[in-house]
Amino acid sequence: MIDFIRNFPFFSIILSLCCAVTTFVLPKKPARILSLSLFGVCMALSGATLLRNLYTGEGFVYRMGHFDAPFGNEIAAGLLEPACALLFGTVLFCSVLAGKERLLTDIAPGKERFYYIMADLAHVALLALCYTNDIFTGYVFVEICTLSSAGLLMIRGTGKSLAAATRYMIFSLIGSGLFLLGVIFLYGITGHLLFPQLHETVAEIHAAGTYAVPLLISAALMTGGLAVKSGLFPFHFWMPDTYGTATPSSSGILSGVISKAYIFLLLKVIYRVLGTDVYFATGAQNILYLFGVCGIVIGSLSAIRQTRLSRMVAYSSAAQIGYIYMGIGLGSAAGITASFFQIFAHALTKPLLFLSGAKLRAASGGSDAFRDLRGAAHRDRGAGLAFAVGSLSMIGLPIFAGFIPKLLFALAAMDSYGKAIPTLVVLAVSTILNVIYFLHTVITIYLPVNTQPQLSRRRPDAAFLVGALLLVVINVAIGMHSQPITSLIEQGLSLFAD
Amino acid sequence: MNMKMIKARLAAWWRGEEDLTEELYGSPRPEEAPAVPDTPLPRLHSTFVIAHTELRAFRWLYAVLSAVFCLIIIGTMLYAVTYMPPYGSADTPTINEVFDRYVEQGMAETGAVNTVAGMILDYRAFDTLGESFVLFTATCTVIILMKDDPDLKKKKHPYFVDYRYDPIVHSIGSLLIPVLLVFGAYILFNGHLSPGGGFSGGAVIGSALMLYAMIFGEERATRVISERVIQTVVLCALGFYALSKSYSFFTGANHLTSIIGPGTPGNIFSAGLILPLNVAVGCVVACTMYTFYILFKRGRLS
Repeated sequence: MIDFIRNFPFFSIILSLCCAVTTFVLPKKPARILSLSLFGVCMALSGATLLRNLYTGEGFVYRMGHFDAPFGNEIAAGLLEPACALLFGTVLFCSVLAGKERLLTDIAPGKERFYYIMADLAHVALLALCYTNDIFTGYVFVEICTLSSAGLLMIRGTGKSLAAATRYMIFSLIGSGLFLLGVIFLYGITGHLLFPQLHETVAEIHAAGTYAVPLLISAALMTGGLAVKSGLFPFHFWMPDTYGTATPSSSGILSGVISKAYIFLLLKVIYRVLGTDVYFATGAQNILYLFGVCGIVIGSLSAIRQTRLSRMVAYSSAAQIGYIYMGIGLGSAAGITASFFQIFAHALTKPLLFLSGAKLRAASGGSDAFRDLRGAAHRDRGAGLAFAVGSLSMIGLPIFAGFIPKLLFALAAMDSYGKAIPTLVVLAVSTILNVIYFLHTVITIYLPVNTQPQLSRRRPDAAFLVGALLLVVINVAIGMHSQPITSLIEQGLSLFAD
Repeated sequence: MNMKMIKARLAAWWRGEEDLTEELYGSPRPEEAPAVPDTPLPRLHSTFVIAHTELRAFRWLYAVLSAVFCLIIIGTMLYAVTYMPPYGSADTPTINEVFDRYVEQGMAETGAVNTVAGMILDYRAFDTLGESFVLFTATCTVIILMKDDPDLKKKKHPYFVDYRYDPIVHSIGSLLIPVLLVFGAYILFNGHLSPGGGFSGGAVIGSALMLYAMIFGEERATRVISERVIQTVVLCALGFYALSKSYSFFTGANHLTSIIGPGTPGNIFSAGLILPLNVAVGCVVACTMYTFYILFKRGRLS
């Protein structure tokens, strides 16, 4: 059985592909059920893979076909790969489930099944980006990820969402192009595409000192491409419109997991392709650190200036992505552990905010301007509670998941030479800014006034409550028992390195 | 470009009013506008029509900045290329054991005389599986974007050329279509023996279908190749690719013997799965191209 579990990552990828194609001919209701059960099954498969690797204490590579490593394709699973696959599957499941009400009204009739095809394809791409052991396979699934997320955005079909999807597409394609150029340079100087062989050859090239310039450019292009795609400052300008205008499930999926998958691929490139020594010798981490820190501050400042809830939450994504890059920029295993925790915490929190924000908006007569949101939490209690939990986690209150990465960042900063003071200052400033805008929102929605007496209390929506409850429970569970996750990440990173 | 404008613009940005769409459309549109009624494209187009002086100044700034950015990228690329190993020389890093194995043992191991087909459909079949799903994703995205309400009457473009009544295009096209179809099928079915394969053969067949739609009219084309037909073909092709290749991946990874062997290289029925996979990829490529054409032209598939 232990050996048979090695097939599970492959099964989950093929199953998602088959479901996506089958959905092409299904009516909308079976399409929805198929998608949700697919996510459920894949969560179980990823969970089993994770348990297997925890039990045996080692990862495995899985040959895709009859040819060994440098000749054929491969996928690999250590601890972080199935953990991320599990996280991504969970968030997709909750987002699609909880956004049901808006999906029904936002999507033009006759196009519903395409939403679920796009969700399935995004799921395939996320899984493949987690498990891939081959940089070109990575690129192929980056393409699927880009196209399917554009589909998820534009399905709403209003003018604004089309304009936002176009802008997203342009930024995203620039990112893919840069990444592909980086891959081409890397292939030109190494002659390999699979991670283990690339790693070996890059180490040789670095030691011999040949091709130093193409290696540097290639590292820069791959980093830059993936940073643009994940929305690092100053490339975050597509975020507010994109997340603000899309249907809430899509905003949750995009901000929660798709941008994280690109960061995960970047971390794989750093650890498994270039090697941390080679990568940190280029100094790229200092640039990432700088942009990350700027992103935190500017993202938060922009969020404060917003007058509408969805745009505020979208701008706070820019700040949260900044944290992840700040951790990478610290250039230490402790920093990257904190970044991974931030990936987990943010992926669980941000969809919750988008989904409950949309509910609060529906309870306020379709407007999400703060003046109309007064007392919204009394009109939709479930959404109010979910939003409050998400906000407190974003601020970084203990017992919620958002607290742990801030603690880890602070601890990691202590060991880093020259970056300790700025990191601590930024953490403090950012927490204050987060308190300003998130607490302000929570207070607004809980104000005991009803400015719009014609609005009555909304009936509880079971799909939303189940999805949101799942996210809240996982959030609090991780926040209260962070130690297992932290040691999982540490073990995973050490498996990553060899 | 005038400093005052830039200052005003920056101040607006600082106040958080950088949402250009609202500015362009005149008044803030309510988000909950009905999804389809007024088609979104003309409004998008109007962004470029409105000549706002302030915007014009910024378009200049954007143009200059993008030019500078492109020049930097081009310069960096050229600089890096000078350090790359010379193309075609025997001791470049790309000529390694992988290259040797593909060239020397490719035919024996995959049964394909065409090494490229052996590489993309046997050695690295997972990547190609991904690529065919990229096409599928693109098809679905274009359907989402372009498919409009069936009740909506489309306005005909004033400069629309109807090739149905063009004597030259119509007569040459109708001669060309059968030739293209046969040639495309040849490229597909011979892809493991000679240069060609699913992507190129599919592109030839796809262009034949587009030509058919162009000279006999989209109505007739969509009657012959309806949405149902496209759905069935894509479902069968991709389903076959995913399932047959999973069998091969599964047996390969678990070191089981596969019943699909390479056969005798050179025979038409050889090279294991490569021939049917070429046909499957070809179907997907042809359907994708045809769907794009019909959707951009007509806005619906049936």
